[in-house]
Amino acid sequence: MSSTFVDSAADFDVRDYLRMDMMPHFLCPGCGHGIALRALLWAMHELGIAKDQLAVVSGIGCAGRLSAYIDANTFHVTHGRPLAYATGLALARPDLHVVVITGDGDCLAIGGNHLIHACRRNLKLTCLMLNNEIYGMTGGQVSPTTSETMLTSTTPLGNSEPSFDACALAAAAGAGFVGREVTRHVPRLKELIKAGLAHPGFAFVEVLSDCTEIFGRKNDLGSSPEMMLRQKSDIRPSAYRDSVDTPFRANELPTGILAQTNRPEYGAAYRRAAAAQRASAAAQAGSANAKEDS
Amino acid sequence: MNAVDKALLPRLALRLISGNHACALAAVAAGCRFFAGYPITPSSEIAERLSRLLPEVDGVFVQMEDEIASIAAVIGASMGGVKALTATSGPGFSLKQENIGYAAGAEIPCVIVNVMRGGPSTGMPTRPAQGDIMQSRWGSHGDYPIIVLAPASVREIYSETLRAFDLAETCRTPVVLLYDQVIAQLTETVELVAAEGIRAERKWASGAREAYQPYASDGGAIPAMSRPGAGYRVHTTGLNHAENGFPTQDPETVARNLGRLLGKFEHHRDAIDSWQAIGCEDAEVVIVAIGISARAATRAIELARAGGLRLGLFRPITLWPFPEDALRAAAKHARAVLVPEMNAGQLSLEVERILGSKRVHAIHRYNGEPITPAEIAARAAAVLKEKAT
Ligand SMILES: Cc1ncc(C[n+]2csc(CCOP(=O)(O)OP(=O)(O)O)c2C)c(N)n1
Repeated sequence: MSSTFVDSAADFDVRDYLRMDMMPHFLCPGCGHGIALRALLWAMHELGIAKDQLAVVSGIGCAGRLSAYIDANTFHVTHGRPLAYATGLALARPDLHVVVITGDGDCLAIGGNHLIHACRRNLKLTCLMLNNEIYGMTGGQVSPTTSETMLTSTTPLGNSEPSFDACALAAAAGAGFVGREVTRHVPRLKELIKAGLAHPGFAFVEVLSDCTEIFGRKNDLGSSPEMMLRQKSDIRPSAYRDSVDTPFRANELPTGILAQTNRPEYGAAYRRAAAAQRASAAAQAGSANAKEDS
Repeated sequence: MNAVDKALLPRLALRLISGNHACALAAVAAGCRFFAGYPITPSSEIAERLSRLLPEVDGVFVQMEDEIASIAAVIGASMGGVKALTATSGPGFSLKQENIGYAAGAEIPCVIVNVMRGGPSTGMPTRPAQGDIMQSRWGSHGDYPIIVLAPASVREIYSETLRAFDLAETCRTPVVLLYDQVIAQLTETVELVAAEGIRAERKWASGAREAYQPYASDGGAIPAMSRPGAGYRVHTTGLNHAENGFPTQDPETVARNLGRLLGKFEHHRDAIDSWQAIGCEDAEVVIVAIGISARAATRAIELARAGGLRLGLFRPITLWPFPEDALRAAAKHARAVLVPEMNAGQLSLEVERILGSKRVHAIHRYNGEPITPAEIAARAAAVLKEKAT
């Protein structure tokens, strides 16, 4: 066993949570998605979530492929729909921890309708959106989060559409927990995901992840270290959390926990209402029987 | 008697209900505990009924944001181990197709009701049609197996809904219940039966995790599923996968696994196949029809026989896979075969494929008006006359 593999973080060894027989993984050198995956598994470890109790539902894309590497109950579903699959799974199995891994295209373009309704519904789910500003899997086309002027394989003139602020969108749609972090700050990312996993309702976590091989190359952003430094210069700390009021602000995004409210969780509320209805029906039947007896 | 039957007891036995109502009651009796849907005429009564029935039995009803989300949530619930249903019509059935393909490929049991209305597109929302016969079989991309049941009465919607849930589990597949608007909203007397004995439970994996292969199977070609939380921690994907569930592009592995998937119903045709044949032994003309057109044909047989013309009916109850051997047998001695259907020609294509086109005639109607018994009887007589001259 090579010592370079061993994690510096005390008792956490990422290999305990990975399907090691799936290695080597398919991510490109410098891709931020692996860092996000590690942060998720680390958060899970610190919260003591058992692998058997974890269900990961992922969409289609580079981000979507991550589920196959996690040693848990993993479901790689259709493009844009992981939140909808997860809604059924979490409603049917409230005993499981259901985590969705999705990309910016998966979550905000084809899956955008499911995102806003998942936020509104507030079912207990953790949605991890890995935002690399591009459709990585299909070769680098423009995505709803591509910053203005950036080059992609379908914006040869530079992107002229404004980009989505996914956190502002999630907060506006009513998500109980909204946060954003960069892959540059792994411990902070881990803490944010932990807070999301612990949140009793729908938690939306956006991870700003770098696509070095396609987005970086196309836009001359250097390799992984340079792109990491770019994260530092472009992203403002959460002290400036004004993004809800000004949703379309390319490249200037607050990080940290951006919204947290305690709305009733959908699944529990539904089951409570159903139980109350059953109880009152039983009481009614009981009094009807009593009448018949008398 | 199970809890559901008990819950239904005050209303059990003979009831005068609509087709959609029968579907909802049967779903609960079959063990369905999850419904996700999106309103659309003429299927919405199923959702409305289940929004009341499911909480009574500790199930979950959820109205999703669209039909794609509905089928996705249904598959998600089933992956969690809960029997699940969605119901829709025309445009909604189109939206569900990609994810029906996912359920077929990943082999996730689920039941989808499609109440056929006029089409294409928004079509005629409140008028009957039978235009989704081919879509129900071929609507998603790629090669995949699917079971489609086509009940023709309210009573049969009840019994076929029970059977749909059983087949979904025993064959690990999506099952489509396909019926037209007339049958959906028709009110007839139904004898509600206790579901005991007909309920199939899912085949769950047992034994050591290391030995379990989620897509390896015995001679029956239906692999056992693993329940999340039971320690197997498997991967489910819509990508072509190997026996271990993980994606592969190895030609041999893909061919072996897809071959097993595509052939799996052949091991279970006894349970899957279902049809009704009336008067086919001596029939000069055998009518092949489903749904409301088959009911008109039943009456047409009586009309024609009273006038000396011997008609018979072959009605596939399991529409896909088509019970072709049974059709061949039923039509063996007939001089002609007549296919009345409310579309521009779909069932007749399959009948021609099985019997050859020489003997096969059709009535194709797509104006929202059901085909009448008199029209079928008259056309059958005309067809025979043409043959004679
Ligand atoms: C219905 C459908 N449309 C399109 C595709 C092709 N497709 C696969 S991945 C993808 C985009 C993925 O981008 P993103 O969600 O940003 O994830 P990334 O690959 O960048 O991690 C697309 C369009 C598909 N698989 N299914």
